Amino acid sequence: MTQKLVIIGNGMAPGRMLEELLEKAPGLYDVTIFNAEPRVNYDRIMLSPVLSGEKDYADIIIHDEGWYAYHGITLHKGARVTRIDRAAKTVTAANGVTAAYDKLVIATGSAPVILPVPGADLPGVVAYRDLDDVLRMLEIAKQGGRAVVIGGGLLGLEAAYGLRRRGMAVSVVHLMPTIMERQLDPAAAYLLEKALTERDISILTQANTKAILGQGKAEGVALADGRVLPADLVVMAVGIRPSARLAKEAGLTVNRGVVVDDGMRTSDPAIFALGECAEHRGQCYGLVAPLYESAKVLADRLSGGQGEYQGSVTSTKLKVTGVNLFSAGDFADGPGREEVVLRDAAAGVYKRLVLNENRIIGAVMYGDVADGPWYFDMLKRGLDVSHLRDTLIFGQAVQGALAGGCGVQAPGAAVAALADDAEICGCNGISKGRIVAAITAKGLTTLAEVRAHTKASASCGSCTGLVEQVMALTLGEAYRPAAVEAVCGCTDLGHDDVRRLIRAKGLKSIPEVMQELEWKTSCGCAKCRPALNYYLVCEYPDDYADDYQSRFVNERLHANIQKDGTYSVVPRMWGGVTSAHELRAIADVVDKFAIPMVKVTGGQRIDLLGIVKEDLPAVWADLGKAGFVSGQAYAKGLRTVKTCVGSQWCRFGTQDSTGLGIRLEKFMWGSWTPAKVKLAVSGCPRNCAESTCKDIGIICVESGYEIHFAGAAGLEIKGTEILGTVKTEDEALEHVVALTQMYREQARYLERIYKWAKRIGTETIRAQIMDDAEKRQGYFERFVFSQAFAQVDPWSERVSGKDKHEFKPMAVIAEAAE
Amino acid sequence: MTDTTWTDTTCADMTCTDVIWIAIGHIDDIPRRGARCVTTPKGRIAVFRTADDAVFALEDRCPHKGGPLSVGIVHGHFVTCPLHNWNIGLDSGLAQGADEGQARAMPVRNEGGALFLALDAPPQPAVAAE
Ligand code: SRM
Ligand SMILES: Cc1cc2nc3c(=O)[nH]c(=O)nc-3n(C[C@H](O)[C@H](O)[C@H](O)COP(=O)(O)OP(=O)(O)OC[C@H]3O[C@@H](n4cnc5c(N)ncnc54)[C@H](O)[C@@H]3O)c2cc1C
Ligand code: SF4
Ligand code: FES
Repeated sequence: MTQKLVIIGNGMAPGRMLEELLEKAPGLYDVTIFNAEPRVNYDRIMLSPVLSGEKDYADIIIHDEGWYAYHGITLHKGARVTRIDRAAKTVTAANGVTAAYDKLVIATGSAPVILPVPGADLPGVVAYRDLDDVLRMLEIAKQGGRAVVIGGGLLGLEAAYGLRRRGMAVSVVHLMPTIMERQLDPAAAYLLEKALTERDISILTQANTKAILGQGKAEGVALADGRVLPADLVVMAVGIRPSARLAKEAGLTVNRGVVVDDGMRTSDPAIFALGECAEHRGQCYGLVAPLYESAKVLADRLSGGQGEYQGSVTSTKLKVTGVNLFSAGDFADGPGREEVVLRDAAAGVYKRLVLNENRIIGAVMYGDVADGPWYFDMLKRGLDVSHLRDTLIFGQAVQGALAGGCGVQAPGAAVAALADDAEICGCNGISKGRIVAAITAKGLTTLAEVRAHTKASASCGSCTGLVEQVMALTLGEAYRPAAVEAVCGCTDLGHDDVRRLIRAKGLKSIPEVMQELEWKTSCGCAKCRPALNYYLVCEYPDDYADDYQSRFVNERLHANIQKDGTYSVVPRMWGGVTSAHELRAIADVVDKFAIPMVKVTGGQRIDLLGIVKEDLPAVWADLGKAGFVSGQAYAKGLRTVKTCVGSQWCRFGTQDSTGLGIRLEKFMWGSWTPAKVKLAVSGCPRNCAESTCKDIGIICVESGYEIHFAGAAGLEIKGTEILGTVKTEDEALEHVVALTQMYREQARYLERIYKWAKRIGTETIRAQIMDDAEKRQGYFERFVFSQAFAQVDPWSERVSGKDKHEFKPMAVIAEAAE
Repeated sequence: MTDTTWTDTTCADMTCTDVIWIAIGHIDDIPRRGARCVTTPKGRIAVFRTADDAVFALEDRCPHKGGPLSVGIVHGHFVTCPLHNWNIGLDSGLAQGADEGQARAMPVRNEGGALFLALDAPPQPAVAAE
């Protein structure tokens, strides 16, 4: 019979342990997880980039819903375990769910320490531990204002940086004389403080928080020396405490954390502890690398092995873009210790090594951290460095150069020189040898594959460069460096990175994007320019000056180019409804300009084909007089809204599908979208408007409106998914518009709704549009805002003279000049 | 230089021909990273202005299936044809990459912003006018 394994807590440590266990002994256990957080396992380390806007939550999910389903793991989300009954071998959660175990793993992580000062419980005082904390901070940061971060350690500084990037005025209040004093010596701390000050973060050291002030919400921080700092947001990042109460109440041996032996076993042989809540040989860890090492040992134990955890030496980096800092080991002065220091004031570089009996025991580096892994490797192995002593501080490249007698180092030489067991990825403990072996054995060629197979650089990502160098060395010519599919040959960045960076860095024009994101060509190409132009239009609807030269001809000339260089003109026919007056006007235009073909399109309107460019403004002028606007049949934007006759005429019609279609089209026309958007509204499930193959479709039913999305009937055929059902027409409009805006903000250029939905998950979309009224309202309002600038009929603009040059030759040369 | 047509002589392969330069307008008539057309009895000519203000002229016919190059997206010293995305070098008219073909290129002169086109110059690669 399969044994029951129950895990309390669904953080990074048990997530890793399960991966190892499923690989070693799939099917050995029936696994149940309880997680107090209402979500799957995500990369907690990456909360800082989410806070700063450099990543989205979706990017940092480690195991998505599908992973649990695939492995048959039961995950109780939002279920905090409140009791362990060791006699009955069960655990019970606050929501009443009980599970029996044969083996139990306690992985409850840590809880942030909240200073016991007056006002600490006011709204607006936030800890920094999970996604909810980040969302709370972002909510307040939206309004700008001031933030005070209490605590100048790793977490506090990352929070400060993120909030600054989000536009808040930020101060860091730190008790000690220098920041990050546990990882940095005063010299490196000084350089870091300077770098943060240059980023507009003010740092107050030797500042003791006395109280948080405010009526009903946080309004300021009072320091012991009498100073008061105004604050709309107070972040407490003063430390963490292992979450061991549950274990203690169950009678297990608990010190600072839950005490475990080298096999990760607690004082009860059926119960293990893992992660930040565990205490091993008197040590509690607060970084993932050691947790992952012990996760491996636990997976081994649970599958019958005898692995032993020996404790870990840790190293630290700070995830603040542009700040390079590395620290490892013990770097305090002491008897018998020597130090080697290198400074380059102009370059802002500081390196210090602390040696004891010719072995490196500590390293602090600021500015140039390339040799961090090399020093750390020697530190962990306790290598005797006397033979390197004189040039040690100059780094590995110099050693290689001296040994090889050649002054110039080939790129990657430092990595080539690393031993096979040298660690490349600190978070996951992956050695160079393992990466090389995986590449050769499995024929890996991309960074994404190497990440998937080895986990190297899959956590904090700061070793990505090293992993790439190992790949380059192993694969030689066969190495394809792009990790994500780049937008085009002008950049190595993918669409998502470009969009995110535009937002995070506030880039406002195509040249600025190209400069800041280091485009490899002077002015882009026909692939990236239209994409960038769209991203900027979408991001800054009010103050971005649309770059017409970066639009495809159809969107520049507001007509569809045909194979013979003529154009077709499709006026809007709202919801497919027309009138004698409109038809007469069209007939007149056809006669007047001798238009060769008139065709009813697949989108319920009329196409006039074969018009020469020079005639376009005049054709539009006549159509405009009859009340027509552009049908945008050429646009990555709202195209048609097909309708059926609905309750107004049809004996089966349940609602006014024609009316709703017209209303939607009038509300949404003119909007630019990542790819074209086609809508349809059918009056009943007979679905005569073909709503179930549209980007967004509505099927009217007796009780209301069934909203569909993510259909396709072009290059691919795909029936829609159901988003949900709403009762009123107003709600239907709000949901459709919100969904469109979500798509506008998130999809990659040229990605239609069905592809985007497949990539990010229809569940995610449903959760935001159907279940989260506040999100939906936000999307809706942003769409409405951008429509204020987008709903301008491009035809009448051109009839009044805009872009005249597009329609007229520059010169006419009458006769052959001989 | 005035806005008129004039003649000068170019020599290629030891034979000299008279070249007639015809005034076609000012560089500012063309948007940066864009093009305008000149209609001539011998067909439409596309005159391109790049981001760095170089000016080139090509017959407005893609070597692939005759697409109007004048309405393509201009990037660097290339234009992407609007019909099927061939990339055409503005200086030579040559299709880039795997595609093969050449649009006829002709010389343009830029005299302080005033542009002149030589319609009947020998079919040499166009010169980039500064
Ligand atoms: C005119 C029309 C055909 C007709 O005579 O009925 C048409 C004509 C073109 N379609 Fe279409 N499509 C037309 C309805 C459709 C439909 C039917 C519909 O909308 O209900 C579809 C399938 C539904 C869908 O979009 O999923 C359709 C799927 C496509 C596709 C495939 C898109 C895809 O992502 O799979 C393309 C190619 C593309 O966009 O890259 C395309 C592209 C084109 C282009 C723009 C080709 C081009 O790039 O030059 C054609 C432009 C001709 C012109 O100048 O008008 N057309 N096209 C229809 C215009 C509808 C309108 O009133 O705006
Ligand atoms: C903002 C931030 C940045 C960081 N940056 C880095 C970094 O750069 N490098 C690095 O190495 N480390 C970093 N860390 C630390 C790293 O994230 C942690 O060491 C690691 O996530 C701990 O993993 P864990 O599984 O032990 O606990 P956690 O990931 O904390 O998971 C514990 C989970 O258990 C749940 N839980 C608690 N009690 C119960 C209960 N009774 N019942 C059910 N569920 C419960 C919690 O809700 C939580 O989801 C960072 C941490 C934060 C917060
Ligand atoms: S199906 Fe659409 S794209 Fe294809 S030829 Fe017909 S109109 Fe053109
Ligand atoms: S006609 Fe120019 S690419 Fe086909």
